Amino acid sequence: MSARPHRWLLGGRHYSSAASLALAAPFLILAFVTFLLPLGSLLHESLFVPAPTLAHYERAVTAPVYLRVMLRTLRIAAIVTALALLLAWPLALVMARSTGLKLAILVASVLLPLWTSVLVRTYAWMVLLQKNGVINQMLMASGLVDEPLKLLYTETAVVIAMGHVLLPFMVLPIYSALRGIPDDYSRAAQMLGASEWATFREVIFPLSLPGVTSGCLMVFLLALGFFVTPALIGGPQQMMIATLVSQQVREMLDWSFAGALVGVMLAFVLLLALIFKRAVRLDRFVGSA
Amino acid sequence: MVQPVEVSSRSVGIGIRGIVKRFGAVTAVDEVSLAVEPGEFLALLGPSGSGKTTILMAIAGFEYPDEGEILVGGEDVTWTPPYHRNLGMVFQKYTLFPHMSVLENIAFPLKMRGVGRAEREERARTALATVRLDGFGERKPAQLSGGQQQRVAIARAIVYKPRVLLMDEPLSALDKNLREEMQIETKQLQREIGVTVVFVTHDQTEALTMADRVAVLDHGRLQQIGTPHELYEAPKSAFVAGFIGETNFWQGEARGAAAAGRVVSVELAEGVTIEATAVDAVTERAKLRVAIRPERLSLTAPEQGLLSARVEQEIYAGNATTLLLSTASGQSLKLRLPAGSAMQAPAMGDLVGLRWAAQDARAFGGAA
Repeated sequence: MSARPHRWLLGGRHYSSAASLALAAPFLILAFVTFLLPLGSLLHESLFVPAPTLAHYERAVTAPVYLRVMLRTLRIAAIVTALALLLAWPLALVMARSTGLKLAILVASVLLPLWTSVLVRTYAWMVLLQKNGVINQMLMASGLVDEPLKLLYTETAVVIAMGHVLLPFMVLPIYSALRGIPDDYSRAAQMLGASEWATFREVIFPLSLPGVTSGCLMVFLLALGFFVTPALIGGPQQMMIATLVSQQVREMLDWSFAGALVGVMLAFVLLLALIFKRAVRLDRFVGSA
Repeated sequence: MVQPVEVSSRSVGIGIRGIVKRFGAVTAVDEVSLAVEPGEFLALLGPSGSGKTTILMAIAGFEYPDEGEILVGGEDVTWTPPYHRNLGMVFQKYTLFPHMSVLENIAFPLKMRGVGRAEREERARTALATVRLDGFGERKPAQLSGGQQQRVAIARAIVYKPRVLLMDEPLSALDKNLREEMQIETKQLQREIGVTVVFVTHDQTEALTMADRVAVLDHGRLQQIGTPHELYEAPKSAFVAGFIGETNFWQGEARGAAAAGRVVSVELAEGVTIEATAVDAVTERAKLRVAIRPERLSLTAPEQGLLSARVEQEIYAGNATTLLLSTASGQSLKLRLPAGSAMQAPAMGDLVGLRWAAQDARAFGGAA
């Protein structure tokens, strides 16, 4: 009897389902214990405590104060995404066209902030933006303004600081998509009569779209749940959903209502995902097409 | 001389006048001048680093020469950007835009020229039919085979009736059989539409098969330009003799002077004196390289030959048999016997005599 060659791990491109499960198990267990379990218990809390009820959800979507926080969160996340896209695309293009030392410097300037704590970067923005901060001092010294501007604790400040913190998540996927476009494509386009602008519009930009969509999704989703930067830069006036949830849990000890807020945002994100399901494939999260 | 079969009124000639291109300390193209006739198929042939691609890129407009000028149809385009040259180009990798369908790819140059949607589509479909791919228009490039992709690339490059078609090793990514098929097909298509073609290749067989004339380049210099027949039968330098087809080389010294094209006596390292045709004028005692094609050597009895050698190995290849020979001084030689004459093939280790005609042995000066 000729035995079928046993292929468990390294035999071919496709692992058996047992092997796949074994390889993914450590992560799946971790994800279950640290994500699905707490999330499930929080959602359970929002629906069944003290008794089965939708009252917490009703409060979350009808009370103007909470609605305003949720809308502000969506608005800020959208503006931050747009801002990051505008800054990231040209930078990613320059990176994709660079080699050697120039590329190393550009990559480092994008990645180094990512390796420093979000807290440090947020405090840096506070130092810059506060009443007697660097920016106000420069504006005063130059005579452009007579008294310090209110920069900190504004929505603009939140947008700028978040845009900065989240920028790498936009740059990297777009860079990776642009890097994957061979030079020959733009040469071919120009040979066929496309000006440099037409080459960008018809070829390079469309081919960068997988990177753009994955960058936008990542930045938007991270911005929705961002905690440290809005809490410190925005202050109580510019509260976003994560701060609100934390407040409900830590100060009001109202786990049920916090769960309802999380449930509403989760439903919204899932809805977005469904809408974009056709346009965005999940595998594009990892970069180039 | 070359008579293109069917010259369309649109095809134009190309003039390259003394172009020089340096990359840092390296001179990639060194004073190259050549003219391409309207409707002609010219191959730029050379090893890598010979400057052939740089010349093509200068014609295309992706490299600007440091010196010299480039004319297309008599018009100086040396400094014109590529998208204003109205040339067609087929690249080594097919470079079809992956986000467009086959038809959109072919219609792209028409779109860039402001042609309306309906006309665009009609002309793209016609071009697709020209390369025998009707019905493939709605597919994405990734759904086509390599050969089909290359045919789409050709359709895209001819749909706007460019004045000249440039081809940068367009068949090198294909496997051998498909490549030979595409060589014939491309050549046929070029005859049909009568477009001027400049074709870059490092494959001498491809150049000889397809081109009306071949320009051989080495180290950025034009070595020789001529019909395949001229290059093979009358190479002007030892490089061309060695690069086009197979050649045996002997080192030797002139015994007596000779004008170009006349017979000269050459004393080989073997100590034997033979007769060869001087390619350039030769002075007494000049160092020479004598080249002779393997199929121009014939076998005789050892004592009747101009030279004798021992059979080292016999390589049978169906249509011909190649003998690897070694002379008394250790010089190795190749000799080709066409099929049919193989019955007289000697056995390994046999001593044989070699004969050839003086006009088939070409003596090049400047032994290197």
